[in-house]
Amino acid sequence: MDAAIVVNHLSAAYRKNEVLSEISFKVMPGTLTCIVGPNGAGKSTLIKTMLELHPRTTGEVSFLGQSYRRAKTKIGYVPQRGSVDWDFPTNALDVVLMGLYGRIGWLKRPRKSHRDQAMEALRVMGMEQYADRQISQLSGGQQQRVFLARALVQDAEIYFLDEPLAGVDAATERIIMDTLQQLKMKGRTVMVVHHDLQTVEDYFDHVLLLNRTVIAHGATADTFTDHQLHRTYGGALRWMREKV
Amino acid sequence: MSYTAWILLAASLVGVSCGLVGVLLILRRMAMMADAISHTVLLGIVVAYLVTLQLSGIHMFIGAVVAGLLTAVLVQWFHQLGVQQEASIGIVFTTLFAIGVILIATKAGNAHLDVQHSLMGEITFIPWNKVLLPLVGEVPKAVVSLVIVLIVILTVLLLFYKEWKLTSFDAVFAASIGIPVTLMHYVFMSLVSITSVAAFDAVGAILVIAMLITPASAAYLWTDKLSIMLVLSSIFGIISAFSGYYMAVLLDTSISGAMALATGIIFLISFIGAPRHGVIAKHRRGHAKSTATIN
Amino acid sequence: MNFLSYNAQWVLLSTLLLGMAAGVVGVLSYWKRQSLMSDTLSHAALPGVVLGFIAVGTKQLPAMLIGAAISALIGAWLVLWIRSSSRVKEDAAMGIVLSVFFGLGIMLLTYANRMPGGGQSGLDNFIFGQAASMVRSDVMLLTILAISVIFLVYLFFKEWKLALFDPSYAQGLGLSVKSMNILYTSLLVLVIVIGIQAVGVILIAALMIIPAVSARYWTDSFGRMLVLSAIFGGGAGVCGTLLSTLGKGWPTGPFIVVAAAAMFVISLLLGTSKGLLVILYQRKRAQLKRQNTILAEQAVEGGRG
Repeated sequence: MDAAIVVNHLSAAYRKNEVLSEISFKVMPGTLTCIVGPNGAGKSTLIKTMLELHPRTTGEVSFLGQSYRRAKTKIGYVPQRGSVDWDFPTNALDVVLMGLYGRIGWLKRPRKSHRDQAMEALRVMGMEQYADRQISQLSGGQQQRVFLARALVQDAEIYFLDEPLAGVDAATERIIMDTLQQLKMKGRTVMVVHHDLQTVEDYFDHVLLLNRTVIAHGATADTFTDHQLHRTYGGALRWMREKV
Repeated sequence: MSYTAWILLAASLVGVSCGLVGVLLILRRMAMMADAISHTVLLGIVVAYLVTLQLSGIHMFIGAVVAGLLTAVLVQWFHQLGVQQEASIGIVFTTLFAIGVILIATKAGNAHLDVQHSLMGEITFIPWNKVLLPLVGEVPKAVVSLVIVLIVILTVLLLFYKEWKLTSFDAVFAASIGIPVTLMHYVFMSLVSITSVAAFDAVGAILVIAMLITPASAAYLWTDKLSIMLVLSSIFGIISAFSGYYMAVLLDTSISGAMALATGIIFLISFIGAPRHGVIAKHRRGHAKSTATIN
Repeated sequence: MNFLSYNAQWVLLSTLLLGMAAGVVGVLSYWKRQSLMSDTLSHAALPGVVLGFIAVGTKQLPAMLIGAAISALIGAWLVLWIRSSSRVKEDAAMGIVLSVFFGLGIMLLTYANRMPGGGQSGLDNFIFGQAASMVRSDVMLLTILAISVIFLVYLFFKEWKLALFDPSYAQGLGLSVKSMNILYTSLLVLVIVIGIQAVGVILIAALMIIPAVSARYWTDSFGRMLVLSAIFGGGAGVCGTLLSTLGKGWPTGPFIVVAAAAMFVISLLLGTSKGLLVILYQRKRAQLKRQNTILAEQAVEGGRG
């Protein structure tokens, strides 16, 4: 089977400092991979660089054998919740509809069928009763579910999620993980930036350990070991593991 | 049409154009960019005048759009070089504006341009400077250019409504689904520039800022729907134009100054009294919440 | 050179000190990330200036400056209030205060210019600045105010450093961040008050933004940044004032701003800490180094093969 994502010698810098160096890995379709690493390891930057939202200095990325530009419509992206202004005058349904804008195309307005699709995605996330709510009146977990619903309507082959479980309630965490599992069952490829080491083994079948470069990558059982974690986190690890 | 009617029409057109553009400005958190551009279009106008030696509409528009885009590009460039966004805006617009003022003082002075005029506008002169149009008859030049600008704004806004909404709400996601965010940013900056220059000639730089930012901010406090916010903001612009004009006549003072003050009064009323987002409503809700916890 | 008359020398001294005071306060604004607050407050000062004139009836600088200070402080408080108790963001709050206060100022100015003696009062000079219109007593007053601003920044040097760098830690050490904020706003307003006659309400902000950003290109140290910013600000003040005396009735403010902008461009290119040339040089060197390592790796691999 061909890999869904291939990254070769990817490097990126922020101002003068190199934040990612010589990243190379392959991800197979139908997998659920988490990216873990200490703060400042470049997890969000990795996703942004792959999606050409952040300039790269070297390297290549391909999705389903195509360049990003060609594969764009097959990729869904869920940015960090903090990246938008939740006071924006719009409601939950409207935000989900935004996921369809790429498909609706220029100069056209969303139609009833698009609205139904968005409503269905909200229903999957258990959010249909909040469709007309202004988004700042939703809880953090509900906001995250709206973001995920927006990604779902894109009906993409590959999904990138940046810290979807940060600061959400237990119910939301369960719904989000169920949804991601279902995407995986349908053969979609999902990569998630994740910060909670305790749940990695339960939630993800693959792990990419990152600290400015790839420390280790592979099936969770082989990769998520004390030895590799130590290499990723260094001295900070003892403290993190003690919390477990 | 009477003298007063032309003035009110011109000011209302400014109110609607600025009200529409202003909504996107404050949602994109670019209010201070508008402050910058409304100042720097002065440089564009002066340079256009020095090059062509005439103060005609189309030259001024080109000069203003170039100056506005130059401002946007320079701000972005300095920001990328590590200057804080705010500081970058401050450096660019004060410098370009200062150059414009110096050019007026040393080269173009006293002729047809003066700085006072460009800051405060001369709305009272609008009805005197007319052109003859087929079918409509004699219309003040400023009204013609304001109508054209309004049509341009409405077209660009409505045709790409959902794209404006998305890029303003979540630019990162917009970029990820292939919407040209940077291009739209510069198109938007051009819209701000043409709005500024059309309004500039009529009402001056300062009223442009007041009309761009204040009615939109007031509308932001009344609604949670973007389309309603756009309509409300335009209506507030028109109300400010009318009430400002009559206030100025009553007190025999600067018309554009009074219109700026009127936008402020509308904002103050909204800030205090708007349902849900006004200070009183918030206070009440806070009160209700604390009693609820006690119970 | 007759422009360096006795009075002109005094005027030069006061723009030098004004530039220095604006320079040091500008560094505080830079680190508070509030560069455009100075722009807002200077516009907000206009109605106060005119009201000061209307209240006294003649052009008395102290009354106008007190008016300016009060209306700028009200502006500062309004920005804070709008931002903290509504969904309106800081940039829009600043734009509202700036334009509405300025509009009110223009209304009052139109009124004042019709008052007896108002037309000749030179009130319009407060918009773009006219250093030459200052008389001896004005210069004295402004000089004293500027020196006290510089002294206050110097006196609380380590407190500023702490409060700007890590406010929560400063709070933990028992430093009252609230009173530091009040002091900061007062200094900001003082500089605006000192500057409006020479530079004008529209451009005084430039003198608080440009020297500080320029200084940033030469050093990473807070202390050195203060000194450099003072030098740049003072230099811009003097150069601009001299330039504006070359033509009759030329406004001072724009020339001061252009002088400051020239210093910024030089700093941007040549600055030893973050200047473009330095960065270009570092990038080239890093690239060479990377190429060398790749070559070395290839040589090693070739040796193995």
